[in-house]
Amino acid sequence: MRFLPSTEQRAFADSLTALLTAADTPSVVRDWSRGDQTGGRALWSRLTEAGVFALAVPEGYEGMGPRPVELAVAFVELGRHAVPGPLVETVTAATLLAALDDPGPAERLLPALVSGKSAATVARGGYALDADAADVRLRVSGPESAAAPNRAAESAAELRLAPAPGLPRPSLDPARRLFPLPPGGELLAAGPQVTAAMADALRIARLTTAAQALGVGLALLDRTVAYVRQRTQFGVPIGSFQAVKHQLADAKIALEFARPLVLGAALTMTGQDIAAAKVTACEAAYATARTALQLHGAIGYTAEYDLSLWLTKARALRTAWGSPDECRAAVLGNGDRPQWW
Amino acid sequence: MDLAFTQEEEAFRAEARTWLNAHVPSTPLPSLETEEGFAAHRAWEAELAADRWSVVDWPAVYGGRDAGLVRWLLFEEEYYAAGAPGRVGQNGVSLLAPTLFDHGTEDQRARVLPPMATGEVVWAQAWSEPEAGSDLASLRSRAVRTAGGWLLSGQKTWSSRAAFADRAFGLFRSDPQPAKPHQGLTYVMFDLRAPGVTVRPIRRLDGRPAFAELFLDEVFVPDEDVIGEPGQGWRVAMSTAGNERGLTLRSPGRFLAGAGRLCALWRAQGSPDAVRHRVADALIGARAYQLFTYAAASRHLDGAVLGPESSLNKVFWSEYDIALTETALDILDAADEPADTEWAERYVFALAGPIYAGTNEIQRDIIAERLLGLPKGRR
Ligand SMILES: Cc1cc2nc3c(=O)[nH]c(=O)nc-3n(C[C@H](O)[C@H](O)[C@H](O)COP(=O)(O)OP(=O)(O)OC[C@H]3O[C@@H](n4cnc5c(N)ncnc54)[C@H](O)[C@@H]3O)c2cc1C
Repeated sequence: MRFLPSTEQRAFADSLTALLTAADTPSVVRDWSRGDQTGGRALWSRLTEAGVFALAVPEGYEGMGPRPVELAVAFVELGRHAVPGPLVETVTAATLLAALDDPGPAERLLPALVSGKSAATVARGGYALDADAADVRLRVSGPESAAAPNRAAESAAELRLAPAPGLPRPSLDPARRLFPLPPGGELLAAGPQVTAAMADALRIARLTTAAQALGVGLALLDRTVAYVRQRTQFGVPIGSFQAVKHQLADAKIALEFARPLVLGAALTMTGQDIAAAKVTACEAAYATARTALQLHGAIGYTAEYDLSLWLTKARALRTAWGSPDECRAAVLGNGDRPQWW
Repeated sequence: MDLAFTQEEEAFRAEARTWLNAHVPSTPLPSLETEEGFAAHRAWEAELAADRWSVVDWPAVYGGRDAGLVRWLLFEEEYYAAGAPGRVGQNGVSLLAPTLFDHGTEDQRARVLPPMATGEVVWAQAWSEPEAGSDLASLRSRAVRTAGGWLLSGQKTWSSRAAFADRAFGLFRSDPQPAKPHQGLTYVMFDLRAPGVTVRPIRRLDGRPAFAELFLDEVFVPDEDVIGEPGQGWRVAMSTAGNERGLTLRSPGRFLAGAGRLCALWRAQGSPDAVRHRVADALIGARAYQLFTYAAASRHLDGAVLGPESSLNKVFWSEYDIALTETALDILDAADEPADTEWAERYVFALAGPIYAGTNEIQRDIIAERLLGLPKGRR
């Protein structure tokens, strides 16, 4: 038992941090929100070169994966830097395609995700994130059946490559562009294999969303700590007031207990651990966002100040790929005991 | 990075499980906060010690198994999963013993540890005073030099289990006019039945005499019962406090088992929807604490010294314990049943968690100042 990131895993995180710090992500995010993807695409190709997406793709399809621990480590950094784009969706799509019984779609589509030629997005029913930036737009229809599988629904399940999308609807996080996918498109797979593959994909989606949320929360805490150390009122730094300190201590506690859940879930990949990580990391990030906003005062309430980029993402990630309620239900399971007690 | 245990560790876990299954009393012992319960729990400590399960991480010479931190954690998981009794010796085992390992002499360890391991000598912690709670360094009880030792006078309070315990360890002011309050303190061990000691039990919320106040009138302590250098008591005490908040006082096993029992209670009552979230959060919290502790143990095994991070644990487990036991009481109340006594006792004890071992306000200050680097403010 050595439950700590290895030297290589830490070096990987550090290299991503260096890359992202140099990329000036706040301006990339703002452009992305306005629909200008130039900077975002450049960043995407650098992340691809760093191997981020290959981690979700099995070696048989030119990837290096699946490596959930490294994915989790990477997504913490992506969240920390508020990187925009269908990040979670691309690794989710990769997992979905690789998990189909029929290898055809994976052989055709996955190498382009590994090389960075394509980005992907996935929708189950609702919206597809950043569908205008993704060349591979997957739509899963039929069973919303992870909770109560049922034969008839499973055999009706379909995976389609959706046509080009229409106009986006705004999300609370301006950097997340939500597109309804038009009906139709090429049928890639059908039947129970789609349901099973989606279950795998949902695990990766939740894990990487949790990791991303943890990174968002850590960034919010860091920025707020820096702010309260330099902002003075009543002649002293506001960070010396106990009412301020204690809110930040609570944020620190919440995030530090979310971190091992995220890494532990990446190791075990059980649905319960992943759901536990998702609900905890997202709630911690969201609570930290509320604290960050409060402690910044009015400046935190402006779209001009960069803090907003993380604030709105913390809210959006909370419900992406499984609301707190759904995740808690997954933790409780169908009466089966989690392995760990 | 992995969560796998070695074959030896798994074998150790299995051995502990087998032993516990064969030995854990089938009916719960009476509360250890009563005279009768205290005696029953002492006997249980002796039974554990006879097969060297009472202090598994200690060196074998003192009655342990040299099991190390990871196996201690596994033992604790098995211990609580088996529903084994509360530990009457825990003040000594989790506070005084680590202090002796760090600051004691060989002679002190040889004298103090073996009878602690068997429950023959049960220890109480004598730190707090009526005027010195959070501001512990303001304590006023005195240690005055005398031939071959010290004379203790003053008043201590809130001393857990002192009503029935044998000996106590605590801090006394040996320099009445130090430059700073943290200086001139001396850390000593003394006998609760020595001449000059009066113990007055204090009844806590549920009426049980779970703690006591101590009145000391020129109580003699020989030099060999001073831990560390006279006047250096604060440094010694702070190493105790780290243990109290950190890994050893509240192991994850306790909460894993508690969450499991809560979940079973919830299902037995028909899985009421009203508390569904809280039951899920209890499971999640136990898992989070387990994994957090595994990470801390891994860092410790890599040679890291666990410092102010232990304040994160302390706030977490103390708040978690209240949420867990409150949820159980709500389920029992809603089922129109009298609160089950075991849960009620746990709940009452949990309520004190944010107060003892350094209040959570003090812990949040430590987290803010020492982990986040925020400026010190007015205390
Ligand atoms: C069940 C139980 C068992 C105990 N067992 C022992 C024992 O075995 N041995 C022993 O020595 N002691 C024991 N204690 C005592 C415990 O250590 C003290 O209660 C604790 O240190 C707090 O001190 P106090 O009760 O005097 O509260 P105070 O220090 O008077 O604090 C009262 C309130 O004021 C807050 N406060 C104080 N200072 C600050 C500050 N600077 N910033 C913000 N808030 C502040 C506190 O957080 C608290 O909320 C026990 C207590 C309990 C409840």
